[in-house]
Amino acid sequence: MIKVTVDNIEIEVEPGSTVLQACETAGKEIPRFCYHEKLSIAGNCRMCLVEIDKSAKPVASCAMPVSNGQVIKTNTDMVKKAREGVMEFLLINHPLDCPICDQGGECDLQDQAFNYGGGRSRYQLNKRSVNQKYMGPLIKTHMNRCIHCTRCVRFSEEVAGIAEIGTVNRGENMEITTFLEKTVESEMSGNVIDLCPVGALTSKPYSYEARPWELNKIETIDVMDAVGSNIRVDTKGWEVKRVLPRINDDINEEWISDKTRYACDGLLNNRIDTPYIKKNGKYHSVSWNEAIEFINQNSKNKKDFGGLIGQLVDLETGYAFKKLFNKLYNSQLVDFRQKDILFDTSDEFNFTFNTSINKIDQCDFILLIGCNPRLEATIVNYRIRKAVNSGCNVFSIGDPGDQNYYYKILGNNISLLDDLINNKISESKLLKEAKNPAIIVGESALTSDISSYVISSVKNLLKKINKLNGFNILHQFASNVGSLKLGLQSKNLKQVYNSDLLYLVNCDEVSINKNDDQFIIYQGSHGGENSTIADVVLPSSAYTEKNGSFVNLEGRVQKSYKSSYPPGFAKDDWEIFSIIADSNNINLGFKNFNELRKNMVSEYPSLGEYDKLPELNYTNLTFDNKEKKDFKIVLNQIDYYQTNIIARSSKTMHDCKKIKIANKKVSA
Amino acid sequence: MLKDENRIFKNLYGDESCDLSSALKRGDWKDTNEIIAKGKAWIIEEIKKSELRGRGGAGFPTGMKWSFAPKDPYPNRPHYLIINADESEPGTCKDRDILRYEPQKLIEGSLISAYAIGAKVCYVYIRGEYVNEGKILQEAIDEAYKKNLIGKNASGTGWDFDMYIHFGAGAYICGEETALLESLEGNKGQPRLKPPFPALVGLYGCPTIVNNVETIAVVPSILKRGADWFASFGRPKNRGTKIFCISGNVVNPCNVEEEMSIPLRELIETHAGGVIGGWDNLQAVIPGGSSMPLLPKKVCDNILMDFDSLIEANSGMGTAGVVVIDKSQDIVSCISRISRFYKHESCGQCTPCREGSGWLWRMMERINRGESEIHEIDMLLDVTKQIEGHTICAFGEAAAWPIQGLLRHFREQMEEKCSNLANRKIA
Repeated sequence: MIKVTVDNIEIEVEPGSTVLQACETAGKEIPRFCYHEKLSIAGNCRMCLVEIDKSAKPVASCAMPVSNGQVIKTNTDMVKKAREGVMEFLLINHPLDCPICDQGGECDLQDQAFNYGGGRSRYQLNKRSVNQKYMGPLIKTHMNRCIHCTRCVRFSEEVAGIAEIGTVNRGENMEITTFLEKTVESEMSGNVIDLCPVGALTSKPYSYEARPWELNKIETIDVMDAVGSNIRVDTKGWEVKRVLPRINDDINEEWISDKTRYACDGLLNNRIDTPYIKKNGKYHSVSWNEAIEFINQNSKNKKDFGGLIGQLVDLETGYAFKKLFNKLYNSQLVDFRQKDILFDTSDEFNFTFNTSINKIDQCDFILLIGCNPRLEATIVNYRIRKAVNSGCNVFSIGDPGDQNYYYKILGNNISLLDDLINNKISESKLLKEAKNPAIIVGESALTSDISSYVISSVKNLLKKINKLNGFNILHQFASNVGSLKLGLQSKNLKQVYNSDLLYLVNCDEVSINKNDDQFIIYQGSHGGENSTIADVVLPSSAYTEKNGSFVNLEGRVQKSYKSSYPPGFAKDDWEIFSIIADSNNINLGFKNFNELRKNMVSEYPSLGEYDKLPELNYTNLTFDNKEKKDFKIVLNQIDYYQTNIIARSSKTMHDCKKIKIANKKVSA
Repeated sequence: MLKDENRIFKNLYGDESCDLSSALKRGDWKDTNEIIAKGKAWIIEEIKKSELRGRGGAGFPTGMKWSFAPKDPYPNRPHYLIINADESEPGTCKDRDILRYEPQKLIEGSLISAYAIGAKVCYVYIRGEYVNEGKILQEAIDEAYKKNLIGKNASGTGWDFDMYIHFGAGAYICGEETALLESLEGNKGQPRLKPPFPALVGLYGCPTIVNNVETIAVVPSILKRGADWFASFGRPKNRGTKIFCISGNVVNPCNVEEEMSIPLRELIETHAGGVIGGWDNLQAVIPGGSSMPLLPKKVCDNILMDFDSLIEANSGMGTAGVVVIDKSQDIVSCISRISRFYKHESCGQCTPCREGSGWLWRMMERINRGESEIHEIDMLLDVTKQIEGHTICAFGEAAAWPIQGLLRHFREQMEEKCSNLANRKIA
């Protein structure tokens, strides 16, 4: 430990920390613009200047390492003058458009000018004006406001892995721009908006929508992928105005993907707000009572009952749905799979991401099998990139396309796994020598015909080198792990699809070939393909409009909270189930949400352990040798901006898709 | 006045050919392998004894700089020697003449210096505008390779040494050593944060020593003729000979190699034919290239040209580019033009310099045109103080000092221009 003195307070700090960190440890606030914990140090804003004994000039604290016996002063005249000077320089060319700036109220420059500025203006000349830059449909630019902290540049290079934002020209003509003023093609580009300390980069969809102090802020969980990013949802009235990341170093650090951030305008469009029943090929809006009665009448003469839940469904809904089917319809045919995939449910280990997201950084060998982390789980891909930057080798079976880092494709035949086990290829040696290997299996390699082979060979491979915790399944959908934990993988998926009464809950990715005598109930928040084939359509609330809990791909249970309310007559899913049960005089065992959750946790205790990683336990694992399979993996095509019904209802996501297609045509 | 026999650069005026054979006649490459055979420690010690200070502007003791390089190089972290030939300081043109008339001195110095710091590769970062000088240097390097003076087992010393030229793209800031490294790596030329210093983390993250052309070119002569010989010139801590570039309102602008600590008046009058119109017609002198504060005539009368005496006079030796300004010049206009240069060359990385250099120039222009109020002069001084010392590199000082010098010595001229406005307003 290193001893330093900050404003006469003696403290001890870790070797290698910076003076700025030491000051923060001592409880002294240091103003800064360019410094950001998750980015490299630029030291260019000069706002964090402090005085250090034996140094004639003030020193940039963000870039100065601490040394033993250093005496740091943050409240002297020299420091005050330096801060006022830098602040004056920043403000001379910064426009006075705070009243109409979207950053207003949450602007670092505003706050720091208030706290550390000189409080007067001496500049009489004209301000610099800079042309607006085009950065695509997500990022709106006001380059007059830019203070050249280069956080966005460093983010795009270091975190997102695309060198598309940069600086051109020098001196006072320096400008931040994108390469040839094209769209920033990253799935994480929206984060530069949060990083921008001023209003130079703001959110295009959110522009002039609201002032930050009018917004209602609720901290919750994202459902656009299975990562379970921590988010904050800002609402005004019932409208979700924006989604921002919350810091959680175990999952998403400070970043969220563009889909998480921008699909929220889909919550306003295309909503089902009242129950409908189909009569003579036409939908009629009806009351809840009529709809329930219609369901009850039509379910009387049906033989088999199947239920399917979609990708945005929370644990409580899944649990209540299962109870409804068990108790009312005496059916076990409840499933969550919307395509032909198969998971091994014999142990929780077999369907989770056991390396855990925050340990990906430390991996030195990663093998991707049939997965495209960039599009399936952007945040996981960013972690892999971080590992690559510190020397990790990445290989892939199957070709997932550009991942923003270098990786080697071993081939696309799944039999390569056998070659790896039997040391037939050179990568076996690398795997054997790896300290923290991770093998990530994606859904493209889990189709029912190869799933058991892939899972057992990967497990055997890792057991051989005694690194079993490197076994990972990369789920795409937020409800997958939760549903597996609830035991919602039925024995026969086809039977579910073809059952006489098919109950779809938020299920929009599966295409059903409807029989004439099949009765389909669609319950969901948005109108989609499947709501047009249903006989009854029931409106329910979307993920921001209800309380619930989700299990992310690591098996971590997280609570999500209601931040808005559903439109029209829509109800929470569990409420609808209990109304149906009540109308048939069946007791599901709960009357309100808390009872539902209590019941669920008492039946599945692990679902009540919030924000914790499941403990790895290999005792119940089984290993078997499957016959070598010759099978070529073809990766599922992923239309990143359209993977779920909310994203498909979002205008912003459509714009992104359009631009992406247009850019592809240009480059092709 | 320096005797001819003591001049290091015998061909400073290009009287003889610059090719290898005539360089050999002038004594270059004589006993180079014997010098290297004496070992790294001896070379560094000898340079320390000679009290050679860097000729690029900052005047950092060269021997000390070399001793910062790690003694035992790691195999995966090679050492590099970089020669800074990005000579862009207005008023300075000494490196140019070394490059085109004495290239073999530079190459020989590079080999010895590289050996002393454990480097096997040397890059010459040459100013983009020096196309012809670059060509001449390249020819000289090729000749040296052919004679096996450099290359594998260079000059029979057992040391492998390669030398490459890299042309800059014309940015002044790339003469700053860390910006030079960034530029050499292919990035935008912007200075790096220090610490870490290049001696430990430099080019591609490896230990790197960056030296000026003149510094490296005098090294062979020091080692051949002895540190004591070199240290016999000048005052303590300001030893040796130095090329001065005299320009401006003098009869005969020239480059001249002279003893350090020579009186400024003697320098100008002996070598440059004196100030146009005589010494009494002198208004001011910028003693060390455009970034140094100017000196008024009364200081010039007795000042000695070396690092310490100029610092005492609130100026600096810099690159020893002596710019003479006589009384026919509008001094405010001169400094305003220098301000424009610094506004144009600021790299834009850090706030005070990016925003401040343009502001300074505009204020200087206003004052020069007589559009300012008198209180703006104080504001100007205040703004220079806000830039100075608050930036990543020394460019902040370079932008601020010429104006500070002007304010220190010629405030009356500025006030006069401002008060003209007041008169006009009343009328």
